[in-house]
Parts: sequence; structure tokens; C-alpha cells
Amino acid sequence: MAKITELQVNGARCPIEADEATPLLVVLRDQLGLTGAKYGCGEGQCGACTVLLDSNPRHSCNTPVGKAAGHSITTIEGLAANGRLHPLQQAFLDSGAFQCAYCTSGMILTAAALLRVNPHPSEDEVRRFMNGNVCRCGTYPRIVEAILGAAETMAKNKS
Amino acid sequence: MSANLGPQFEIEFERYELSAGLPYHFEFGRREFLKVFGGGVAVVLIVPRAAAAQESGRRQRGFEESMPAEIGAWLHLSENGAVTVFTGKAEVGQNIRTSLTQAVAEELRAPLGSIQLVMADTEKTPFDMGTFGSRTTPQMNLQLRRVASACRDLVIALAAKGWNVDAKGLVAEDGEVRDPAGGKVLSYGELARGQALAKAVVAEDPLLPASAWTVAGKPLPKVNGEDFVTGRHIYTPDVKRPGMVYGKVLRPPSYGATLESLDTSAAAAPNVIVARDGDFVGVTAPSEPQAEQALAKLEAKWKTVPRPSSRELFQYLKANAETGGRGGEPFETGSVEEALKSAEARLEQTYTVAYIQHAPLEPRAAVAEWSGGKLTVWTGTQRPFGVRLELAEAFRIPEDRVRVIVPDTGAAYGGKHTGDAAIEAARLAKAAGQPVKLVWTREEEFTWAYFRPAGVIEVRGGARADGTLTAWEFHNYNSGPSAIRTPYEVPNQRIEFHPVKSPLRQGSYRALAATANHFARESSMDELAHALPHGGMDPLEFRLKNLKDERLRAVFQAAAEKFGWGKSQPAAGHGFGIAGGVEKNGYVATAAEVAIEDNNVRVVRVVTAFDCGAVINPDGLKNQIMGANIMGLGGALFEAIEFENGRVLNNRFSKYRVPRFRDVPAIEVVLLDRKDIPSAGAGETPIVGLAPAVGNAVFHASGTRLRSLPMVPNGLKA
Ligand code: FES
Ligand code: FES
Repeated sequence: MAKITELQVNGARCPIEADEATPLLVVLRDQLGLTGAKYGCGEGQCGACTVLLDSNPRHSCNTPVGKAAGHSITTIEGLAANGRLHPLQQAFLDSGAFQCAYCTSGMILTAAALLRVNPHPSEDEVRRFMNGNVCRCGTYPRIVEAILGAAETMAKNKS
Repeated sequence: MSANLGPQFEIEFERYELSAGLPYHFEFGRREFLKVFGGGVAVVLIVPRAAAAQESGRRQRGFEESMPAEIGAWLHLSENGAVTVFTGKAEVGQNIRTSLTQAVAEELRAPLGSIQLVMADTEKTPFDMGTFGSRTTPQMNLQLRRVASACRDLVIALAAKGWNVDAKGLVAEDGEVRDPAGGKVLSYGELARGQALAKAVVAEDPLLPASAWTVAGKPLPKVNGEDFVTGRHIYTPDVKRPGMVYGKVLRPPSYGATLESLDTSAAAAPNVIVARDGDFVGVTAPSEPQAEQALAKLEAKWKTVPRPSSRELFQYLKANAETGGRGGEPFETGSVEEALKSAEARLEQTYTVAYIQHAPLEPRAAVAEWSGGKLTVWTGTQRPFGVRLELAEAFRIPEDRVRVIVPDTGAAYGGKHTGDAAIEAARLAKAAGQPVKLVWTREEEFTWAYFRPAGVIEVRGGARADGTLTAWEFHNYNSGPSAIRTPYEVPNQRIEFHPVKSPLRQGSYRALAATANHFARESSMDELAHALPHGGMDPLEFRLKNLKDERLRAVFQAAAEKFGWGKSQPAAGHGFGIAGGVEKNGYVATAAEVAIEDNNVRVVRVVTAFDCGAVINPDGLKNQIMGANIMGLGGALFEAIEFENGRVLNNRFSKYRVPRFRDVPAIEVVLLDRKDIPSAGAGETPIVGLAPAVGNAVFHASGTRLRSLPMVPNGLKA
């Protein structure tokens, strides 16, 4: 099996050592210490492990690291820019959009991908796009509120 | 009912009564104080010995020798103004780290940022029985307020003494004491400097009126929220220790299976260790994939035994019920038989609830490390001290050789009372001679963690033509006795809980059996209302007619008003339902609107009115109530564990549906803030109204009565 020796994560080149079939999630967490991506199911059903691969949301639990090599990977640790929280991170704080927060990093990264392709989503579009992410604590209404709030902030920041 | 009601009921014994006592001072020697606190000012909460013993069933051990045994919590103000509060409670997503910090900040009048809570670390925090039963807010919040206000009085007294003025004229605010008359200011840190001052306050019965507290009016964001939105927070599965290896456990193929033989030769590899201890088999390896590979190469032969399947579950529960003994004496008054004979409307029905899983998104996990005969375990649990005892017993070492640390945890919902993962990780770490991380897979969670009990509930009821209830008989098999008594006025009653030896491992779940009992009771109340002569009675009117309890009436009326009950007719294919009840001093009523679409049930709108006494943190409370309703949707509509011959068949999220974004209805919450009544907890009770309200609404919409939870795992079949 081919070995993968480098990943492009949060703008930096990171040396790793893994079989190409190893789940990206395991490499990020155990080799790079990026534990913001969480294990929740291992089968693409909960979204807790979501990262961005070239700005697209991916379940890192069932993405082989071989498929991620050569792409630009963003994890929750890389979302804040220049020491400033991303508007989505701020909006989740402001809306209190979590209880245990185990789902939060996956939620934020999935929402970031949504707002990139659809900067002004309707409530219904948010729900549909986010449906693959589970919040077992049931904070869905506040997550929707936070995402819509962040969309507004980002629109304002642009103008 | 008698208190001795079987295993699920035991965990409700947290209702320890704290007897009121006079606050007293006890003197620490200066040297002792400096040893424990390193200077500054400390306030210690004393739980009187009798109450402490009742609370824990034994004396606590392992805490600093120089501290009295009955400490419930303590607060330390250091010489640089930093405030550290120690409590054995665990943060499992209910945001108590925030609400407790807020309580301390308000009473102490210190900035939030100066306060740090040390929680659930058996070596650092005082004994606590566990974080469950919704007792944190009513008890710990109140106690910490007392501790913080005592500390505030101390620093004011210090300032008064230093300035030689009357303490009455001084103001404490924002971490400083000011003398408006003399124009002097000193920070708390400056006041604590050079001190070695300790004060004890005695825990008072928290059931005293709470109207005097400052109520946290404005919502407060999670105190360490930034750690969570940036991914920095370290949950148990994120803990890393030097030299740590990864563990995996070999699970039996089914419940009750025993190990006949084990061949480990194929698993042999450098740095792979296989541990066997009786039927326990596990491996450790330098990486998780290696551990998985090694596990897959173990060749085990298991002897399985026949076990019941979910298909025959309810017959099994009925057939295997125990009478008397563990179930306690039935509650009986009047004669149900006589009353039923003369009733003008009757009901006799059976309701069932399935086993369901808590499925917290963070699975059970632990990191265990042995060092110098001492064991340290990081694990997500609601009972750190209970897990410490489990570990001590499992490894036959004294409790003071075990330290359990609970990182703020990815939820529990009543599912993390036991130390399974902790014991397994510790056993593997012992074999490996290195720290071991063990994270259960979702499949392991869905089979080997305990479940909310399944149950069968049989109800008979009778009423007069005018809607007055005359007879009520209620038998619960296995699911539990919480909220088994009816809040309605009925002269003739027989109510009984029948424990059963469960075919699956079962344990506590948010609100315990109150969900099942409310589902059966509030569905049958609806059925009775419709069964009354002359076309039945409005289900809300029927309830109110038989209800005296003012607080329960008030939540029913509040929910109905917000919902617009009786004001309009549902659209075609829609229906309205209402249900309510009382549990753990929380009064809840929920009204729901459902739509039947292509044989599926969609919950459109939910209104929950809730009264848990004085409201401490309205925003957090609303979040909890919404969350409870959303979690409740799963158990109401589609969650159920399917099993065959001791094997769980739907052991993944792809086979076990949990509520998602698109299932979520519009939810409105009405809080009845009763400042005159002490606060009861709120994380659990709001869940109990949802299922019956939805079931009643489905009946209203379709004429189909659903008597099993989940109600529509495969859609609504006519
Ligand atoms: S862990 Fe990847 S989707 Fe659940
Ligand atoms: S906040 Fe707990 S899973 Fe979302």
C-alpha cells in the first residue's frame, strides 16, 4: 500500500506517515494533533468529523488520507484568520448554538462551505444543507439562527 | 409508593435533604491554611455529616487530609485576585460551568474572567455523588451563591478593618471594594494579600424560598465558548499522554456469550500487546489502525446462549414480571373494580415503549495511566467518584490511589453513569505498561452501553358522563416507576410497578421512566376524553376538570393559550394534541401540531410551558427545553433498538434514526417564573410532554391511535 508523507493543512505543509487507506480523521487527530475534528460514527452519518477539502465539506472519517493528499485541507483550527474568529465562530458564540459542543466544529465547517456557495441562504436551505450533521443535544434552532446571523455579518463586512 | 423500587429508581436517591444548621467558624491553623491554599481567602461549604453520609452512603476519602470530610464545595480567592471554585459536578453539556460561574460572579461581584471552576476531578474537588437528577441548579447553584456571598462579606470586612470604617458604608463591585465616602478603592487581590483566612458556611436546606437571590436575568454565553468554536477544547477522546498507545476491546458476538478459546498468534506484531483477563480480551498498539488490525486477527470462539428478541419483547416483559419485592407495594385507594362497573365511559389499553440509546455524540472513552501504583483516568462520566470506586474495586486498590478527571464532556443524557471504558482502558494500560486511550466505536455504543428501559404499560380508566374520573388502574412492566402516579383527582386507584429482569442492559435516561409513564397516561386521558358519551369532551377541558394541582393547571393553560388551543381548526391533514404532567418538581405542558404527509408524521409546531420554580438562567433553560423536545422527537417517532437473540441489529446511525435539522418543528417555550418557589432542575422533565402530545395530535389528524413508542418507525400505516 502506498504511503502518504505529506498533507497540506491550514495553509501549512505537514509531514505525516500513513497508509493511503488510513482515514484522514485518524491522521489529523493522532499524527497532527488537530483534534477539533471529532469521531462520531465513522460512516459519514453525523458530520462531527467534517473538514474542508479545497473548500468543500468532507467527512474525514471515511475519506482515505490518500484522497486528501495534494488538496488543501482546512480544519476548525485553521478557520480563524489573523487571530480573529471567523464570523461563523462568533455567531455560534453569540447565539449559544451548542450545549456539549461536540458537534460544533463539524457544524461550523459545514456551514462555512454552505455560505461560500450560497452567501444568503434561506432558513430552509440551511436546514437542507446541514441535514447530514447531527446535534444530539438538539440545538438545531440556534445553529440555524447562528448561520443566518453569520451570513448577515459576512454580507455587511463585504459592503 | 415505597422507596424501594428497583434498580432504575435507585439513581433518583440524589434527593438528599440537607438539614439546615447554624453557620459556624472553624479555625484552620495558619500553616495548614498555607499548605492547602497557599494564602489568600477561602470559603468552604460544609454539608453536615449526617447529610453527607446519606448522600454518599459512605464517608468520602482521598481529599486533602487537613480538610473536613463533609465539604461540598469551596472557593479560594488568591492573593492576585484569581478566584478558583471547586465542585465535584461534571459539565456534560448542560452548561453548568457557565451557570455556576455566573452565580459566583454575581454574588461575589467579581468579573467573570477572574473566576475559574475546577470541576469533577476526584483529587482536587470535593466528593459529589454525581451530576444527574437535575439537581445541579437547585442545589449546587444555591450553595455556591452562599459561598460566594460569604467571601464577598469577608473581603468587605477586611477593607473595613484596614480603613477603620464601618463595613456598611462599603461597596463591593467588579472585583473591588470601594469606600464612596473616603474615596478609597482596593481590589480583591490586594485585600487578600498576606491573608490566610478561612471561613466555613453550612449548606442549608435548598428548599427554602429563593425569592431573595439575584436572578440571572440576562443570558450568558458559554464561559469557555471560544475553546469550543475553535476546536481547542480537549474532550476525553482528545487527551494525549506521553508514550500513549491505543486500545481496542474484543466484544462478544451477543449478550451472554462466554469465551471458549482464544488464538492470538495471528495478531502478533511488534509493539502489539494482547491482554486477556477472563472473558475480557483487548489489544493495544502504537496507532489506532494497528490496534484495529490486531483485533481483527484475534481468533476467538464464543459460546452463545439463546436470548429474547425485540419481536417478542413485550410478551417477554409481561411473562417475566416480578410481583411484590423489588417493585414495592402497589398504591391503592378505593375500589377500581367497583368504580369501573358503574363508569359511563371506560378505557382499557396497553402501551409500549422500546429500548432506545442515548447515543451521545461523544462515545464512551477513557485514557488511563498507571504510574507508581497510582491510576489516573480521564473519562467522560456523570459520576467521577462513582467511577473512582468502580476502578478501585476492579483493581483492588484503595480509592486514594485512583484519580478520575472528567474533561467537559460531549453529553451523556443519563447514559454515562458507569465506568466501562475507564475500567477497560485501565486494564489495557496495566497490560501495556503504557498509558492507553480507548474510544468506543459507535457500534460498541449501540450494543454495550446501557439502554433506556423498554416497557409495557396497561391502563384501565373510568369516568362519569360529565367527565369526572372515577377509576384509574396503571401497571408498568419494566420501564420504571418515575412519575407513575397520576396527578389527576381519582377516588379509586391502583398503581403498580413490576420490575423485570431485562433482556438487554438497561439504565437511566433523561427523565427516566417519566417519559413512558406520561406517554401512557396522557394518551389514555385523551382516549377517555374522546370516549365520553355525546361525542366526547375537549381533551384539555377533560384534564382541567379532573385537575386540582394549581401549578399543573397553570402550565396547561399557558401552553394552551400560546398555542391557540380551541381558537382554530387545524388545516386538512393536520391535528392538534396536548399533554402534560409533573416530575421532579417541574411542571410541564406541551401542545403539538402535526401534519400527516404521504403516510408520514411531521411535527409542525410545539409549544411547551414549563414551571420549575424560580428561573435562574432563562436562556439556558430555553435551550434545555428546546433540546429536550428535539431529543424527545426521536424516541416519540422513530428511535428503537432492534435485537435478535442477544444481538443488536441496528447498531449504527445509518440504521438508527436520530432527529436531524429537517425533523425540527417550530418550538415555542413559555416559562412560568415562580420567584416564590425554589428552583428545580430542568434538563429532564420538559421531555415528557412531547410524545403524548404528538400521539394525541396524530389521532386528531388521522383517527389513528398510536400506542407504541416509537410511534411511526416505518411511517403511519392505516
Ligand atoms: S464521524 Fe464522520 S460522519 Fe460521523
Ligand atoms: S451540542 Fe451536543 S451534540 Fe451538538
